[in-house]
Formats: sequence, C-alpha cells, structure tokens
Amino acid sequence: MTMIATETAPVATTDTTAVDRRRAQISAMVRYTLLFGVGLLMLYPLIWLVGASFKTNNEIFGSIGFIPENPTLEGYRQGWETSTPYTFGRFFWNTFLIILPKTIFTAISCALVAYGFARFEFPGKKILFASLIATLLLPNVVTRIPQYILFRDLGWLDTYLPLWVPSAFAGDAFFVFMLVQFLRAIPRDMEEAARVDGANTFQTLIYIVVPLLMPALISVALFQFMWTMNDFLGPLIYISSVEKFPVSLALKLSIDTTEAFEWNRILAMSVLALLPALVVFFIAQKYFIEGISAGGVKG
Amino acid sequence: MARLEIRNLEKVYGNAFKAVHGINLDVADGEFMVLVGPSGCAKSTTLRMIAGLETISGGEVRIGGRVVNNLPPGKRGIAMVFQNYALYPHMKVRSNLSFGLRLQHKSKAEIEAATAEVARILEIEPLLDRLPKELSGGQAQRVALGRALIKKPEVFLFDEPLSNLDAKLRASMRVRITDLHKRLKAEGMSSTVVYVTHDQTEAMTMGDRICVMKEGRIMQVADPKTLYNEPANAFVAGFIGSPEMNLVDGALEGGSDPVFRIGGQAVRLGPQMGARLRPGARGDVTLGMRPQHLKPAADGLKGQIVNAEFMGHEVVVHLDIGRTRLVSVLSAAEYEGLDRSSGAISVAPDASAAHVFARDGGENISLAHAS
Ligand SMILES: Nc1ncnc2c1ncn2[C@@H]1O[C@H](COP(=O)(O)OP(=O)(O)O)[C@@H](O)[C@H]1O
Ligand SMILES: [Mg+2]
Repeated sequence: MTMIATETAPVATTDTTAVDRRRAQISAMVRYTLLFGVGLLMLYPLIWLVGASFKTNNEIFGSIGFIPENPTLEGYRQGWETSTPYTFGRFFWNTFLIILPKTIFTAISCALVAYGFARFEFPGKKILFASLIATLLLPNVVTRIPQYILFRDLGWLDTYLPLWVPSAFAGDAFFVFMLVQFLRAIPRDMEEAARVDGANTFQTLIYIVVPLLMPALISVALFQFMWTMNDFLGPLIYISSVEKFPVSLALKLSIDTTEAFEWNRILAMSVLALLPALVVFFIAQKYFIEGISAGGVKG
Repeated sequence: MARLEIRNLEKVYGNAFKAVHGINLDVADGEFMVLVGPSGCAKSTTLRMIAGLETISGGEVRIGGRVVNNLPPGKRGIAMVFQNYALYPHMKVRSNLSFGLRLQHKSKAEIEAATAEVARILEIEPLLDRLPKELSGGQAQRVALGRALIKKPEVFLFDEPLSNLDAKLRASMRVRITDLHKRLKAEGMSSTVVYVTHDQTEAMTMGDRICVMKEGRIMQVADPKTLYNEPANAFVAGFIGSPEMNLVDGALEGGSDPVFRIGGQAVRLGPQMGARLRPGARGDVTLGMRPQHLKPAADGLKGQIVNAEFMGHEVVVHLDIGRTRLVSVLSAAEYEGLDRSSGAISVAPDASAAHVFARDGGENISLAHAS
C-alpha cells in the first residue's frame, strides 16, 4: 500500500495523496495492533507469572487476571527462606558454582576443537568430525545410564563434576559445530598474515582467531549459561544432598516438601530464577545476534 | 644480500592436482620481479610456497643462500601483502603495524619509532588510531604495505595487491610501490620483491624483470622490453601487449625471401626475416603481428572493415581477411587518409617487428637464429 501511494504521488492531485496517506496509516495501525495482540498472547503466561508472584496464595487460582488485588512480597520472603535450613541464596550460589566452570571451559575447549577442525588437516579428520556430528544426533537419554555408571565408578556422585567436566572436553558437539561453521566463514588471510608476522599456531589462535570468533563465543557462553540454568535432569540425577541443590532442583523441592503447595512461593522463586538469564541475555543481545548470523563476517 | 633462488619447485595439492611443474627462477638482490599470467596459472601457489604458507612438494626455495623449505613463514625473512589487505579487524592501525614487532618482544620505544617512521613514509599518520573497517580501500592497502615495510624483510611478497582498487587508485598505488622500492634500494635496504599480478600493465610498468607463467610452468623470464620485442613463444606474445598481438595460422614458403600464405592471400616477409628464421623453418607456422605494426600497404592482406573504434589519437580497426580477423592500430591521420570507399583495406606487417612461431609448441623460430 505504501509503495503504491508514493509511486503515484507525483501525478496524483493533493486530494488523492491525502487519501492514500490516510489509507497507509490505517493499514499500519491494523498491522501493529495485530502484531501487538499476538505478541501479548505469547507473553501472557510470563506476565501472569510475574503478576501472580505478588498475589496471595488464595488469589492465584481465583482469577486469570494478572494484576494482584493486594500486592504482597510474602511469596518472595517466604520462598527465599525455603522450608530447608538453607535460603535460596545458597541455591543460586550452587547454580553459579556449576555455571561458571561449565561456561568458561565450554568456550575454551570448543574454541580449541573448532580451530583444529576448521583450520588443520590431520589424519582421520573426516571420521572424527563425522563422529562429532553423530553425537549431535544421538538422543541424550541413550547415554544417561552409561554416563551415570562411569561417574559413579569415578566417585563423582553428589558432586558438580559430572555436570561440568564433560563440557571442559568439548563435550557439547553442537557448540563445536557452531564454531566450526563460523570459522569456515572467516577468510584465512588474517591468520596467514599473522603467521607471516611471526605468530605460531597458538599465538595465531589467541591474538587473531579468538577475537574474530568473539561474537560466536559469546553466543556459546550464553546458550550454555541458559541451558545450564534451566537444566533439571542433570542435577536431579547426580546431586542428592539438599545443600548442593542448584536453583532448578530447589524449585522442585518446594513442591515436594510442602503438603499444601505454596504456589506463591514457587512462582516468586521462579521469577527470580528467570532473572539472571534475562539480564545476561539483554546485556549480551548485540553479540548474541551477531553470533547466530554466522555469515555476516566482513572480509 | 637477499637473493631468492627457486630450484625445481613443485606443488601437488592434496587432491593430487599438480599446480606447479618444477620451476626455476632467480631473483637478484634488490630486483623487482613480477610473476604474471592468466588466472589459475599458479602464481599465488608459487608465491605462497616462497612465503611458507603452502608446503613445498618438491624442489627448493633459498632466500639469501639459505634453504627455507622447512622454516615457518615468520622465520623466512619475508613480508607479504595480500589482495584483500588481510588487516586484523579488531586492532587499530597502529597495532596492525606493530603486531609482528610485538611478537618479537621489541622494546616499546623501538616499536613506536618504527611505527612512526612507516606511517610517515606511507602518509598514514592520521589513520593510526582507526580500525580497519574505518579505512577506504586505498588506505587499507597502504596500511597493509606498512605492515610489510615495518618488518624490514629481506624479500617482499605481493599477491595482486591492487586488484581490489579502482583504476585510478591502482595507477597511483603502482607508482607509490615502485617509488618505495627505488627508495629502499637507494638507502641500501633489502628490497627484493616478488610481485604477483594478472594485469600486464602492472607487470610491464613495475617489473625490473617479468616472469610469465602458464599452467604452472614458466614461459619466459625477461625485462619488459625484451618480453615485448622478443617473445619466446606465442603464449607470451599473445599475453603481453594491448591490443593483443595478431596470431595467424598459415604456411611459410620461399627461401631467403620468405612468403607467408593464408587463404588465397600472401605477404612477403622480406630477406631480413629470412635471415632471422631458424634454418629450414618452413611449412605450417603461426605469424605474429602486433596491431601497432600492421599498416596500410598496397600489396598486403586485404580485409573487410568490420569495426573501427575511434580512440582519439588512434583508431583500432578490426578487419575480416577471410579465414580470420586482424586488428590494426592506425593513427587518426592514417585512418582518415585511407580509401575506404569499398569498405575494404589492405594492410601489411612491419616485417622487422613480426614473429614466426612454430605451430606446435608455439616456440618463436624467428629470433635471429642465423647468428
Ligand atoms: N588448496 C588447493 N587445492 C587444490 N587445488 C588448488 C588449491 N589452491 C589452488 N589450486 C589450484 O591450483 C591452480 C593454481 O592456483 P593459484 O596459484 O591460486 O592460481 P593464480 O594465483 O595464478 O590465479 C589452480 O588451478 C587452482 O584451482
Ligand atoms: Mg592468485
């Protein structure tokens, strides 16, 4: 519509120009209303969650509206205290203890492995890369039991090691794959220039490849952060003492231990559990999007 | 000081494709050597083997008398300028220039002095604190040049450094690079250059000597004048010069006063050519005549004018002589003076500047063989 309006504008009289402009405005209005409506619909559960976390326990199931009648912080206060000897602060700290090594070591190990696959020729490279991709296609459940037995024999049960050590050996094939694809799109000339400048393989990686790879590495770190934050099954399998529970398990804990579910506490803690991922995402959004659109590298 | 010697150099790529077929080339200290040839003739491959960016499958590369086959690029005493600049995108121009020196752990003062000097020579001082993406093509190429210069290498390697620039900038960068080379030489610095290009204008204007390559083999190595006047074979003859040399297949007859026949027509090449020709060279040959040396003559090759391109001071005339076409470059006056009423004219080569090539192999068989 807008296109037609501008194209005909020079020959049309002032009257029809005004009509066309009007029509364009209406069409824009319709479009935005529609988009806004759909967007709201998708976001509603989240909005409801935030609203409900400020409600009293009785009110939560009383109405589907999201604005609490008597806003209260009771859910947050009691939820934070939990029914265990530990506050939720402890569980957040536990989550942090898993996320930190996992994210850092994922970025390092995946960058190293991807650099190897994308830039070097070595015997068996094809087979190794194929098996890497194959692990991508392997359903997670298949490896759960063998992994469990392995970690049990290592004496790692009820520690965080099973949760992050595999990642430190580039165990997340998806990230390696993502970085390899990203690297393939980057011309090699810069690295060759660095070699001519006297850099060895490792210096080239540190001074040239890693900075070029930074947007992708940030995406990797972000994905890993969010997935680890949300991971429920891993901690459920390997962590048994309450003092070591991460947030995802602790949320479930409040459901188990209370007989009459204190939904407002659970909802309040869910909101808190959402926050870190949300904050990190918005801070790193710019790089994140650069990282996913891997092709957008300037030559 | 930094002589470059290439001995029986071969390259076989991983897919078993043989890109370089045992070439030999000597570049003297301070010489500006241009590698030229059509796209895909393995110029880059050769250059990259000299640089150490590509493994050497056979033969030897020696820089300053030292075999460098197994040295990494950083230890060969070379610097390289790439076609697409290859600046480090996350570093300021200043850091781009000093990266190599910093890797060598040079002192801060030394690095700063070197950076300042290179920036002054290349007039990039105002750009030092910019990122590569904030530079124009010409500026980026000057920075790339600076990155090579700052290392004071023994041999400079260039891989089509100007082909991403527009025509005007290319012309000025050409002069800048040759000036720089002369200056380094005058100051007694190492200034051996191997410069790869597919552009014959660059080759002819910049090179002390030119190495013409084709399909991984060297066709001729000579200074620009020799290359133009005495091409060793039909390939070099056709590659160097613009418009391209006319290469016409025909038959050579006669004794000391040879005649070249094509279709029903014939041109006398004269006794001087007879003396130049390799003894017994008769029969099927290719005659090479530069368009500039084809002039109107009453008893020449008659041809229909197909097209005449007016270029101001000269006219490029395309003729159809039956079997094939000829291109002749005439001065505007010559063209105007012609009787073109029938649409046909007759032209003959300046036999002293013509060449006769063997039909198979294309070797020049008219290079004063009598001597
Ligand atoms: N990595 C490679 N693997 C296989 N063949 C290659 C590779 N690089 C170049 N070639 C081939 O080698 C030949 C020479 O290439 P190159 O040196 O880039 O030519 P030029 O620089 O003269 O255009 C070409 O036929 C090209 O296809
Ligand atoms: Mg090339």
